[in-house]
Amino acid sequence: MDVRSQVSMVFHLDKCIGCHTCSIACKNIWTDRKGAEYMWWNNVETKPGTGYPTKWEDQNIYQGGWERNGDSVSLKGAGKLRGLKNIFHNPYMPVLDDYYEPWTYKYQDLFTAPEGNDQPTARPVSLVTGETMDVKAGPNWDDDLGGSPDYARQDVNMQKLTPAEQEVMFQLERMTLHYLPRICNHCLNPACVASCPSGALYKRGEDGVVLINQERCRAWRMCVTACPYKKSYYNWHTGKSEKCVLCYPRLESGQAPACFHSCVGRIRYLGVMLYDADKIEAVASVPEDQIVQAQMDIYLDPFDPKVIEEAKKNGIADSTIEAAQKSPVYKFVKLWKLALPLHPEFRTLPNLFYVPALLPSVGTVNNGIYNSNTNGLWGGIDTTRLPMKYLASLFSAGNTETVAEVLKRLMTVRWHRRNVTVGDVDEKTVNAALEDTKMDTATADAIFRLTTLATFDERFVIPPAHREESIEMLENTGDVKGNTGFGFKERPARGL
Amino acid sequence: MFNATLNQFLFVIFPYAALAVFLVGSIYRYKNKGFSVSSISSQFLEGRKLFWGSQPFHWGLLILFFGHLIAFLFPRAVLAWNGEPVRLLILEIASFGFGLSAFIGLGLLILRRVTTPRITVVTSKMDVVVFLILLTQIVSGLCVAYFNRWGSSWFAAFLTPYLRSIFVFDPDITAISGVNSWWLKIHVVSAFSIIAIIPFTRFMHFLVYPVDYLWRSYQQVIWNWDRRTIRNSTKHSEGEKSTNN
Ligand code: SF4
Ligand code: SF4
Repeated sequence: MDVRSQVSMVFHLDKCIGCHTCSIACKNIWTDRKGAEYMWWNNVETKPGTGYPTKWEDQNIYQGGWERNGDSVSLKGAGKLRGLKNIFHNPYMPVLDDYYEPWTYKYQDLFTAPEGNDQPTARPVSLVTGETMDVKAGPNWDDDLGGSPDYARQDVNMQKLTPAEQEVMFQLERMTLHYLPRICNHCLNPACVASCPSGALYKRGEDGVVLINQERCRAWRMCVTACPYKKSYYNWHTGKSEKCVLCYPRLESGQAPACFHSCVGRIRYLGVMLYDADKIEAVASVPEDQIVQAQMDIYLDPFDPKVIEEAKKNGIADSTIEAAQKSPVYKFVKLWKLALPLHPEFRTLPNLFYVPALLPSVGTVNNGIYNSNTNGLWGGIDTTRLPMKYLASLFSAGNTETVAEVLKRLMTVRWHRRNVTVGDVDEKTVNAALEDTKMDTATADAIFRLTTLATFDERFVIPPAHREESIEMLENTGDVKGNTGFGFKERPARGL
Repeated sequence: MFNATLNQFLFVIFPYAALAVFLVGSIYRYKNKGFSVSSISSQFLEGRKLFWGSQPFHWGLLILFFGHLIAFLFPRAVLAWNGEPVRLLILEIASFGFGLSAFIGLGLLILRRVTTPRITVVTSKMDVVVFLILLTQIVSGLCVAYFNRWGSSWFAAFLTPYLRSIFVFDPDITAISGVNSWWLKIHVVSAFSIIAIIPFTRFMHFLVYPVDYLWRSYQQVIWNWDRRTIRNSTKHSEGEKSTNN
């Protein structure tokens, strides 16, 4: 067992209001620079929709992620020989137009336009060429199903549905949507790292954050295609690729990443997961229908004395183990089994988990009265407006059973809380639901609490970075013993 | 007299100056300006035209580079191969083909830069220099191959001794000054110019071609400090220096 610690995340989709505050917080801190204007390390998509960059989920286009290869996995569109062969031209690379051309407006024209018969306008100008341009697309132009024939209907996950099923989804009374905020998943088996010919990308051992060394990146652009989530971006101005850094300078000083901190819906949770690094290859190569379960099994129980012992042997600090025990991510993912990885079939073992949204169910019209009552315990789940197949295509590699289980558990919490707070559900229903999902009321209450009332410190359990030790990143403290403060440029030795 | 001085300058002083600039400059840039060392690919801004330019250009040039290297290192093997007229013809035609491929590729790349507004904005002055010098190099090479046949055979007699004399610090230009071809002289001088401007241009990228990818493991995990040693240490300062700094 090779126990390592990983800073992991949960996004609770039921709570996301699609406000894009997270994206703006990130943009202001990290990507408001020349060459990075088009990058949204955090972006929020509407599902169904094509996303950003367009159709990023379609690996027939971008050839990202891993594919199973006997007992192991190999990169789908990259790798040693293929990477070096395609270095002069990467055939699967998304280009600017697959994202959008960033622009600003000529605001000054509003003040300086000569007097005339028309209102002066601020025309859009490209942030790439500086020329005036026609704005054709933006990073979230499919927001709230806007432009649906172009966006929602082209959703890559639709391929899993029959044409008839798709048609039903687009009937006006049935249409629904949910938001999907995305950041880099800081994967356990990162395709971006494996694809980089110059070895510029790496995973930090201490907390698992995946970073690009800007000094070593040579613009070979393999990570851009290899990341199946398209979360590595190419800066066209500096000639270097960049990606989400999980605000590691904030993490190291005990603060939540900016998108987590600013999240209006409080949908985001961050905490440590302990995992067994020896199993990564084996887990990444299981058949598709087992991949979710296999990934769940790689995460270890931080209360298990054996795990604690191995963790200590591996140098994991007590404070980190304690953080793992308090981790909200561990609760959502392992204890309560409420959160699932996005597109696990890409086999990168992502560390960002989503609690799927409990969407409204389909109603019927009787005598002019709209009736949205559902039958039986799980009627609401059986008739959910987004077909289960669609959700399964997002979160469980097509296994509808897995998603349905999660939704049932969420529903049970609702039954229980409805009973507690309003009291209009009969006890039998609640007990049947609890029994069916093998949950007790204490668990349901705990889920309720962490979902709705959790404080900042409950949502973000950040392990101390141990700055007193991390100074060793920069220097051996033994060498500079006897210096003060930040040290001297030269040792304070007696002059001649 | 004038010619002798000129030859002395072009084929002795200039090459040494070029090599010195190359060595000092590229080591300095790699060490101190690491961030600037990049192929600064523009595929992100324009991908389709790049394919038609970049592929024939790079592959053509790469193969020709190794062809020249082989001719320089193993002249006898090349001469032996050329002993048979058919084989000589095959070699010459193939090399000329790669030259043409590089030439056409370069032409398309230049066209792409000029006609695509997005690419024009990321074109620096040094990129223009790069294009001009590559054009000189490739055109002169093609002309040598066409007008002064058969290069693959006389390379051993004229260029190998000269180049070797340069690299063993015993410059001897008798062989090359005997050649009566302006194209060849241009070709040699522009080759050394390319070497000289490597540290000042995007040419830096071929020094960092990532061959080591072939033998490194796919995944890379970097520990900033050795926690195991620190955690288990009983002495105060047993920590290991980080591998990342
Ligand atoms: S999401 Fe993409 S960029 Fe992030 S670690 Fe995974 S493969 Fe790499
Ligand atoms: S800030 Fe939070 S609620 Fe708003 S879009 Fe982002 S994730 Fe959703």
